[in-house]
Amino acid sequence: MAEANLTILRDAGARAREADSPHSHVVHFGPDKPLQLDAGVELAPFQIAYQTYGTLDAKRANAVLICHALTGDQHVANVHPVTGKPGWWETMVGPGRPIDTERYFVICVNILGGCMGTSGPSSTNPATGKPWGLDFPVTTVRDMVRAQAMLLDHLGIEQLFAVAGGSLGGMQVLQWTASYPQRVFAALPIATGTRHSAQNIAFHEVGRQAVMADPEWRGGRYLLEHANPRRGLAVARMGAHITYLSDAALHRKFGRKFQDRSNPTFSFDADFEVESYLRHQGSSFVERFDANSYLYLTRAMDYFDLAGDYGGVLARAFKDTPTRFCVISFTSDWLFPTSESRAIVHALNAAGARVSFAEITTDKGHDAFLLDEPELFAIVRGFLDAAGKARGLNSRP
Amino acid sequence: MLTRINRDLTMAEAARVAGGGRVDLLLVADMVEPGSKVLDVGCGDGELLRILAERRGVDGRGIELSREGVNECVAKGLAVVQGDADTDLVDYPDDAFDYVILSQTLQATRHPRQVLEHMLRIGRRAIVSFPNFGHWGIRLQIMFVGRMPTTDNLPYSWYDTPNIHFCTIKDFRALCGAVGARMERAIALNAWGRRLRLTAPWWFWNLFGEQAVFLLNRQKATNGRRGNG
Repeated sequence: MAEANLTILRDAGARAREADSPHSHVVHFGPDKPLQLDAGVELAPFQIAYQTYGTLDAKRANAVLICHALTGDQHVANVHPVTGKPGWWETMVGPGRPIDTERYFVICVNILGGCMGTSGPSSTNPATGKPWGLDFPVTTVRDMVRAQAMLLDHLGIEQLFAVAGGSLGGMQVLQWTASYPQRVFAALPIATGTRHSAQNIAFHEVGRQAVMADPEWRGGRYLLEHANPRRGLAVARMGAHITYLSDAALHRKFGRKFQDRSNPTFSFDADFEVESYLRHQGSSFVERFDANSYLYLTRAMDYFDLAGDYGGVLARAFKDTPTRFCVISFTSDWLFPTSESRAIVHALNAAGARVSFAEITTDKGHDAFLLDEPELFAIVRGFLDAAGKARGLNSRP
Repeated sequence: MLTRINRDLTMAEAARVAGGGRVDLLLVADMVEPGSKVLDVGCGDGELLRILAERRGVDGRGIELSREGVNECVAKGLAVVQGDADTDLVDYPDDAFDYVILSQTLQATRHPRQVLEHMLRIGRRAIVSFPNFGHWGIRLQIMFVGRMPTTDNLPYSWYDTPNIHFCTIKDFRALCGAVGARMERAIALNAWGRRLRLTAPWWFWNLFGEQAVFLLNRQKATNGRRGNG
């Protein structure tokens, strides 16, 4: 028991350190450079943590921004400082990969409200010297993108060659093209939508309630009170994880197989492999993620409604856009089904945008965008190659 | 759903096979003004878009029904979306393109008239190429064999074909009249991919043309004078 407690403290300690002084580049924005939030308040001072890969070319034209998903972070293509695992998109980003770090200068920013070094609820509130907790203002996808734009200003990058991301990352991609059309040459929104559906909001609400129902959550003040709502966050993750897969994938992977036993135990042990798998997903997630961040980021997704910002007409969000788009969906993704991507494509067509759209056949569900999908890689590579030619990028910087 | 899947699988094949030696693609490309904006409906593996980009410096977009075709196109860097000519053209705004091209796909659409009307609405001009069902070889097969014709270019059995709306050159001219399309240019090719003489009468084209390519615009019809094709 004492050992278990020690693990909790160590995890919480590692995460707390990442929240304020991460293993990443950090830019501090002082009181003179506040971030204007949709909630109507200013965030200042605040900080942004980010990773980069590759080299910015002389014309500053080869920057690719990767926007990470809900539970991702900026460690796209390097060993994760907390878990020691490989980067979350190493199949896509790296030397010779579709997003080739020998050609492009790749930037990935920890999302606003996250817990890996960009200001969020687990960061220290400069006004009190204590973790923000629920005093952190509720942020939106537009706020996240605004913060990223401030970082690019700081880095002296006027235009991104490309912005790419899946799921919540894809929402940021779309928001980028709507908020800063002149700053995005090519956009790759993957497995995403322009709004969160009622079903998706419902799933998120279940996750949030699981976190908040954990007595260790302490009304959001767990960091101050040295507690950690591990169980609540783990249950939230387990539920959400099911939505990232598909019936077919779960069946293929686990079926009704028993875990390390040949008969049921007639108890509530994890008899089935799928139970054991989900429990593992839950417990490994809490080692690296902050429960309040989970609340804030799911909220930001729920609030996302791009058409809503443009009088309900999605095409207006893309009016006269100079950006070339490649929209990608997956057949078995029921969280962001192909119909969501089609809505994006329809709006882009109506706006006269240059758009490609491909639906990839897979049974791997929403998470397919993170997995080894050769067709996805071929499409991303082909799209970026053609865009690079149009942008006049050299094959090597 | 089942029919939809079947069509998904066969549309790109149909375009490839029906295109034969792809002579029609070069003829279509020749009709397009350099530097214009083009939508290729049913673009298959993107061969025409590639030719248009390379030879005519065209800003091309494509729609293709088959997933394989789309993914191949996008991987080649072409701006192609997955979609269906019958249902998705309605989403495109008026005058969005200089040309809308339907190459060897008209006969596979569910509502050819609506497709043609949308093409003329979306584009200032439309280019349609199709296999001529009035060709003598086909007529002879029906007359003497008494069965639905199959040819090298149209190899499908009647019960398993993406080609549900065949027409003759004469039929197509009538459709153009019905939708108020003006024929700017027309070309017919014989079985060996050679152009039929311009001075030949329409009945001759209808009998000896195996393929036809029409350049249309939406000005009110002056009934069917062939241009300097």
